[in-house]
Parts: sequence; C-alpha cells; structure tokens
Amino acid sequence: MPDSNRRSFLKSVGQRTLAAGVGLGLPSSARPDANDPEGPQNDDSAWPYPIAYDKETEVDVDVVVLGGGVSGCWAAIGAARKGLRVALVEKGNTKRSGSNGSGVDHWQDCAANPASRVSPDELAQDIIDARKGYICGPSRWIKTHEGWDRLQELEQMGMKIRDDDDEFKGAEFRDETTKLLFAFNYQDRTVIRIWGTGLKPALTRECRRLGVKIFDRVMATSLLSENGQPGSRIVGATGVNTRTGEFLVFNAKATILTAASPSRVWQFVDNLGISAHRPPNNSGDGFAMAWKAGAMFTLMEASSLGTQPGVGQGAAGGNSTWYPLSRVDSSGKEIPWFDVNGNLLSTVSERCYPAPGQKRFLGGGRVGASREYRGPAPLSDRQIDEGVKKGTFVLPLYGDLSSMPELERKAIFRLMVAQEGLGWIAYRTLVKAGFDPEKDLPQIYRSHNPPDVRSLPIDMGGLVVDWDMRTNLEGLYAAGEQAYGTWGCAGSSTTGHWAGQRAGEYALRTSKAPVNRQQIENEKRRVYAPVRQTSGTLWKELENGIAKVMQDYCGDVKHEESLKIADKWLTEIDDSELKRLRARTPHELMHALEASNILAVSQLVVSSCMARKASSELLGFHRSDYPAVDPPEWHKFVTVKLEQGQVEVGELPIDYGAPLAHSYAKHS
Amino acid sequence: MKDNAESFEGSRYASHVPIERNEEVCIGCNSCVEACMHDVHVPNPKPGKPPLVFHPDDCWCCGCCVMECPLLEEGAITFKWPIESELRWKRKETGELFRVGMANPPAPNTTPPVGGWVILRERKG
Repeated sequence: MPDSNRRSFLKSVGQRTLAAGVGLGLPSSARPDANDPEGPQNDDSAWPYPIAYDKETEVDVDVVVLGGGVSGCWAAIGAARKGLRVALVEKGNTKRSGSNGSGVDHWQDCAANPASRVSPDELAQDIIDARKGYICGPSRWIKTHEGWDRLQELEQMGMKIRDDDDEFKGAEFRDETTKLLFAFNYQDRTVIRIWGTGLKPALTRECRRLGVKIFDRVMATSLLSENGQPGSRIVGATGVNTRTGEFLVFNAKATILTAASPSRVWQFVDNLGISAHRPPNNSGDGFAMAWKAGAMFTLMEASSLGTQPGVGQGAAGGNSTWYPLSRVDSSGKEIPWFDVNGNLLSTVSERCYPAPGQKRFLGGGRVGASREYRGPAPLSDRQIDEGVKKGTFVLPLYGDLSSMPELERKAIFRLMVAQEGLGWIAYRTLVKAGFDPEKDLPQIYRSHNPPDVRSLPIDMGGLVVDWDMRTNLEGLYAAGEQAYGTWGCAGSSTTGHWAGQRAGEYALRTSKAPVNRQQIENEKRRVYAPVRQTSGTLWKELENGIAKVMQDYCGDVKHEESLKIADKWLTEIDDSELKRLRARTPHELMHALEASNILAVSQLVVSSCMARKASSELLGFHRSDYPAVDPPEWHKFVTVKLEQGQVEVGELPIDYGAPLAHSYAKHS
Repeated sequence: MKDNAESFEGSRYASHVPIERNEEVCIGCNSCVEACMHDVHVPNPKPGKPPLVFHPDDCWCCGCCVMECPLLEEGAITFKWPIESELRWKRKETGELFRVGMANPPAPNTTPPVGGWVILRERKG
C-alpha cells in the first residue's frame, strides 16, 4: 500500500515505535556478519535488507492471529467480520504460506453439501468412531457441519469449486445439478475436488478487504502472559522480522494460535526444503511458545513412520491426490486392488464404493482408521515387498493412468495433480518435459525410512481446546493443526473461522490487560542471543543433533529408561549448545529460533511419551515396558502442561466434548 | 556485486540451485521474491536485475515464485527439481525411459490443466 495509507493504518491499529536501544549492544547498521572470520568475506554476501535488531514496534489490536496459513486466515476473517481490529502474523508471506500455500486438491468431510448422501452428524460420529475417539470431537463436528459454508464463501472469493465448464459431464463422480466433483467415496459424496491453487491468494485478498493488518515475514516468538506469569491470561505475543530483525510486540485482548504441526522433529536433512513433505517452516513455533506459556497438550505421544526426503507431489501413487490410481510393475503386471474383506476388485469404479455390506469407508489419507471404516486399497507395501523378493513383481512400480477410464485419468492428472500443494509446478514441469498421461507410466517412488525416524501425525497431537476452540489459558484460542486431533484444509478452514468468531466475541466483552515489560525484556535477550555470538553452533548442526537424540531414545519402541536418557540429553543440549547458538543474518536467526522451538517440541513429545504408560496401536505408540496394546484403562486423553517448570500430567475422558450434537447446537 | 547466483552466500556451497533466470528477459520486478514463503530469493541490489537465489536449501519446490512471474511464458524464470526428485516415467508402447531434465527430452505436451492456467478469478459481488 502507498506510504500515506500505511501510516494512517498503523495509527489506526495503535502502532507505535519505542525508543531505540534497549541494551542489546547491537550495532544498528552493521552487517551481522561483518566481523565473522568464517563468514563470507566480500560484498557479494551483503545482507540485502536493512538490519533493525534494536528497533521495537508495539502493535495494539483486539485480536492477534499467529500463523497465516489456512486456519489463520479464516480466524482473522472470522474476527474481522465482527468489526474488530485484527493483526495476522505470518513467518513467510500470507499469500503463499502454510501447508496449502501452493494449493490443495480436495475438500474433505463436506457432509452439508447439497449432493451429499450422509448427514453431518453421522459422518462426524463415524470419523470419531473410526479413530476410537482419539480425535477432536468438537472440531470434527464443526467441520462436517460448516465445511460447505466455508467452501461456498471461497467460491464467492473467486476460487473455482465446481465443474462449471462441463468438462466432466456424465462422470460417475459428478453431481449433474450442482456440478460438484467428488473424490474417493462416490457413494457418500462428501469429499469435493477443488481448484485450490487459488486458495491462499483468495483468502489473503479477503483478509485485506476486511481490513486485517497482515504482518508478513514476522516470526512469532512467544506468548505474553498477564503479569508475565506462565499459566495466566494471554495478552498478546512477541515477534521478530525475518528480514530486518526488528522486534514486534502485539498487545491484544484475544490471541489465536494457528501455527502448523512441526514437520521435522526426528527427521533432518541438510537440504531442508525437501526433508519432509511439508513446508520446512512448519517448525512447531506455536507448539513451543504455548508449551512455555503453560498451555495444555494431548496426543503428543502419537507418531507414525516418517517419509523419505525428496520427490514431491507430482510423483505417482500418493493415496489422496492419485486415488484410485491403477498400478503396474516394471513388466506391466497389474497390482491388484482389494476391498476391506480381501475380495479382489475387477474395475476402477469398484475402488470408489464400500464393500458389500459395509456402511461406509473413510478415504483420503486419513491415518489409522479402524478396520470397519477402511476403504479399498491396492496390495500392501509389505505384500509387494514379498512379491519382489520372490520375483512375482519387478521394480520399479508405475502408475498406469492410460488404462483408466478417460474421466478418471483426467480428474487425477489434469485436475488433482495440478491443484494439490507442490502440484501446479509438478504438472507444468512434467508436461513441458513431454510427459503424456495417455501414453506414459509415471514412476511410483517407495519409502523405506528407518522405523526410528518418526513423524508427528498431523491430525493427532496439539493443544487441548474446548467448544469455543479456547485453550486452558484465558485469552488463548487455537485452530487447525495447532488444536489436537484437527487437520486438513477443510478442518483448518472451519475451525479457524469458528475460533476467530469465538475469540472475537471474547474480545468484545473483555477489556485489555497490559503486557509485562520484564517478560518482553527477557524475551528480547533470548531472541537476540544468537546474533550476539561470534562463535558457536549453527542451527543445522543443532537440529541434526536433536533429531539424533529423538531417533536414538524416542524412536519406534519406547521404554521409560530410554525416554529418561532422551530427556537428559535434550536438557543437556538446552543448557549448552542452545546457549551457544549463533546466527549471522535475520534469516539465520529465524532458523536458530526454529531449532530452539524444535528442541522444546522434542521435550514436549518426550514428556508426553513418559506420561502414557501403555502401548496403543492407533497412536503408533509402542512401549516395551508396557506391552499390552490399548488396555481399556488407558482409553483416554493423557494431557501434559508445564506448571512452575515441572511437567504436570492429567487426563480427559475419551468422549471429551460430549454430548457432541447437543453441544454443537448450543455453541453455534 | 556479481549477478551470478552461484557466487552468493547462500548458494555458494549449495548442491542445488532450484531456480534459474534469464537475464535477457527478467525485468527484476521481484514478484518471485515476495511470493516465496521461505525467502529463497532476495532482490538484486542492482535495480531491474534478476533476483538472486540466496537460501536454496530452504526451497521445498512449491513453484509459487514461478506462478507469480509476469514473464513466465517468455522464459524469465525456470524451475529445477534436485536430480533425485526429477520425476521419471516409461512410455507404455515403446518401453522408452524418460526423466525431467534429460538431455534429449520428448516433445512437450501442451495440454493445460482442467480450468486452464487461471489461478484465481475475480471476487463475486
């Protein structure tokens, strides 16, 4: 925006710049690496942005949203629609950041769409049952009921959600009245194929239209508590600009955490960008700051096998975007598909319907659904491995789009692949390189990560929230992956909007509490410590070290003794290498603070693993000292939070949030 | 200041530079710099010159910088996967093996995605 507008806006949100110089001893104009003997030695390496480590800006708003992904944008929209002054704080750029930054191809659990054949109540209950309760009941209820509202709003904002050009006329996955296209389960018709490359630009444009003040390239670093005491009401947050190093203080009546689930705790490779199939800036910043502020978490003990680094969304075989892909081995032999009862399926169409006698299947990349809700699937990886050893199958495997019905092939490659995150560029790069789905077999890449390289399932661990999406701390709300048992584009959209509205209502009926100066000074000392170091550990080294501790002592199979060792070495790293962490530019400072957050998340995970003294199949949680799997007395949410520096363990019933239908009606 | 990205701090020792720019076409508008969520690129200190790849290791191959380029079709910017991520395929009829980035690629396929290359439409109302 033009400078004059910017100034008047800053005034209107009550922004003011404090006097420079708060005792950090940082030269304001010097290049951060000017005196670094190991650093770059010539002008080529000059940092391109002005350095402002000693500048502090205070932003006064009603609601501050931390994390500008899908849930954060919707939270900001929900609060702004109540006429409130809203700040949206995003580490990257809101227009293209977050797990759906580059796109998304399907909109899940949209039971309220006009062509759906299942009610929102029934679908939500089935999803909860399929996960034996280890999921966020309230957020699932909100998602199945309100997903269609949010999707219609996205259409209004300019995103394409239906086949209005009649390209798929007559397809069995198309509703001829609404022109909606469905995926996975053609019986239920609750998962909608969408043109989501435009999703984040649409949401960003809407935020700006509603007057949301977007702070791009600002990494939130801590939550501010009333009187500076952990466990108290949250009164805002601090942040640091990742280009200039400027410090920001947000003072708000309500704070909404909408950061992503950390994508790299056990897994780190030097080429960070391709280390996990999630944006590398998903470093659990929100998890770390909420943990330190005394917020309550659950399901952080859950984990699944990590994914192999590299090869992105354009690769064939991914079970959501490419469903129901036909597969062949290198000799052209087809990989068979079976229904949940082990019956061989002979047509492509059969892969999109429940088995005879099965009520429904829940499809689309959902982790660990119990057997009665499992959908059709190709021969398992384990069985393929056995076949490869015996010579039944020859590697590599390929997708075989060419043998599929024309409209299925077109829907997978020319719609889904082109719209899913990382897909637009994959589609473009593939076709320009001559790939033709009608003639060519795209290779399927198989993952064989070591069992101890875990990952946090994105729909499991997170902050405990109530029906208002409020955490245990007054003034602090959470949505999207930040909340426990919540995920996906539709889940983040619906819970984000819901949290924005509820936080907004709270802001309307409450008065502002001041930030605590001492807490801010302490945080500034912590944040800027790495740029004051002239020697020490760089962030990659630290992250690699944390990942190794987690692999060695908190891997696939856990035991009290090894968890204690994990805790010991993480504490040791906290006391030594973390204190010597060094950063030479604001960008490196961001990564250093991320590494610090990953350390805090690791400690949170280890604490959670110690707290659940029972194995669980659904949680991917195996304890050799408590080998009984899913004993009934442990069928509950185990919670952890920090209380005066000590981990306090608690529990919530597995039907937390019940009665769901009644509560949803009461709260909506 | 050299314009060559390889001479730059972030990319000097990087094994892979994910973006190449054609200096003859790029006008240095920095749309790609602002599109990137990870600050892979920084503006060139010389106005009007192509941005520089500064943090190549942060690139997760989302392609948003390419989407935003106003001179994409003219060839201002080219995306490159790391070799290990360059997708491979087999032509069913002939058994020929191909990969993205190969020396003698087959003829390009010009089919656009369903709905065309349009990313976002105007807001309704």
